[in-house]
Amino acid sequence: MHMSANSANAASTANAARLAIMKRSTVLILKTLVWIGCLLPLATAIYEAVTNTLGPDPTAQLASITGLTALWMLAGTLAISPLRSLSPRLSWLIKFRRLLGLFVFFYASLHMLTWLGLYAGFDLTTITADITKRRFIIMGVTTWLLLLPLAVTSTTWAIRKLGGKNWNRLHMLVYLAALTAMAHYWWKVKTGVMSPAPYTLVILVLLGIRPLLAWNRKRKARAESSRPGNLASIEP
Amino acid sequence: MLIGKPPDVPSSEITSREAYNEYFNRRRSERRSFLRGVVAAGAVALGADRLAELAANLIDPRIAALAGTKLQTVKSPLTTTGEQLTSFDDITHYNNFYEFGVDKDKPAKNAGGLPTRPWTVKVEGKVAKPLTFDIEALLKLRPLEDRVYRHRCVEGWSMVIPWVGYSLSELIKQCDPLPSAKYVQFLSYFDHHVEKWYGEDATIFWPYSEGLRMDEAMNPLTLLTFGLYGEVLPNQDGAPVRIVVPWKYGFKSAKSIVTVRFVDKMPSTTWNDQAPNEYGFYSNVNPNVDHPRWSQKTERRIGLPFYEQRRTTLMFNGYGDQVASMYNGMNLAKNF
Repeated sequence: MHMSANSANAASTANAARLAIMKRSTVLILKTLVWIGCLLPLATAIYEAVTNTLGPDPTAQLASITGLTALWMLAGTLAISPLRSLSPRLSWLIKFRRLLGLFVFFYASLHMLTWLGLYAGFDLTTITADITKRRFIIMGVTTWLLLLPLAVTSTTWAIRKLGGKNWNRLHMLVYLAALTAMAHYWWKVKTGVMSPAPYTLVILVLLGIRPLLAWNRKRKARAESSRPGNLASIEP
Repeated sequence: MLIGKPPDVPSSEITSREAYNEYFNRRRSERRSFLRGVVAAGAVALGADRLAELAANLIDPRIAALAGTKLQTVKSPLTTTGEQLTSFDDITHYNNFYEFGVDKDKPAKNAGGLPTRPWTVKVEGKVAKPLTFDIEALLKLRPLEDRVYRHRCVEGWSMVIPWVGYSLSELIKQCDPLPSAKYVQFLSYFDHHVEKWYGEDATIFWPYSEGLRMDEAMNPLTLLTFGLYGEVLPNQDGAPVRIVVPWKYGFKSAKSIVTVRFVDKMPSTTWNDQAPNEYGFYSNVNPNVDHPRWSQKTERRIGLPFYEQRRTTLMFNGYGDQVASMYNGMNLAKNF
């Protein structure tokens, strides 16, 4: 869904060459697995809804499944860039980021639908009251609105139309969305309840590590370019 | 706790709950006495008093759960009619009992070690007769009544529960509160050794404290509760004795109480301390006063399919006839 500065050069020949190494059949298998993995929470929820095995409070369970899935998938998309910088052998991970990002939007939308339908009963007065009065709902809607342009501009056509630089800049909104989602979660639970802590920790690490990685990249690049006779590396 | 896993049998062969409980209790007591015998013999042989003591603690028969034991009950005119009861399974596996974990299914898993015997309830503070009641004496103080009540949680869900108990006023009358007693405070059991430290789940100061105004405590609807579905309370539902105040949000109904304290000032209560803007001292069920984070106009009935859960919340949870007069002239939006 987004691209960090280091992958801005993703179109560079070196990367393209490395990505091409992965066999088409391997990519197909992996893509299928990712699709199955991403659809699994939805499939489970539908199965449990049909068989009435969502537990004592099905409404809350549906809200919880969709919300938590969106949160952890969002963390997943943010993990791809740092993971890739660990080793060139992990470059292929970028192939799955758009898919994962679109699933974040998909589950976030379902999550919002549970609120609009099952909690507010599609009642406009209730929805308006919720949006104007409740900060956790405000944060939830904000998160969805931040994800919306990212989903809309996820197509190859949109990337081309916007141009890499603008597209990258726009998709930095995902960092903000990760933070507003965090606020949404904390404000939703009761004071003193610590259940949003694991997600918070993961997101803060994934966001905090980015400046460090960028600094490390710059340092390496400087070292490389100052070495005599070395062709400047395009590697991130 | 020693829990035997029932063997897998086709549903046609599944025995009734009563028969199963009887079988289960018999097996458990057999296993326990056998184990006690073996361990005690071993300890004596080794002459290890310390070991014997340790073993006795490990399989202390007092910790044996009494949940499931049938209670003798009588009918009550104060019971709620015309409601479909929430299933025993949902009432006992969807609990807010934070001492045993924050998630709704945690108390059923973690509350097994709550030592419900011996158990005493200490009545103290501004009373003429500060008494300590043994749980067995409390059980016999008045006839136990079947009372179906709607139960509305501040979180927005609700149940219909067939409680067993008698009016709290019966206990209060035994202790002669002084005129200076304006409020009653209830303290719940808490022991770090039993209720493991769920610090990762919540940061709350224990023991759990709740309170009522004197007239609220004396209202016949306020139930000193010992059971549900005609049986001794499962630990996760607040065994061996708890308070049930059906016109207030669920957290006002303190579980596993050990102290009843009569005081002259509004006592400090757990959730009110935690977030005073969200949980008022009164916390009467009131569809017209929103929780800061959600509307209280509607609720979700537990145990129904998601498309049938939503229903309208009633003022005072539908008990206005019995309780509304206590709040005459009070601004309930301010005193929420």
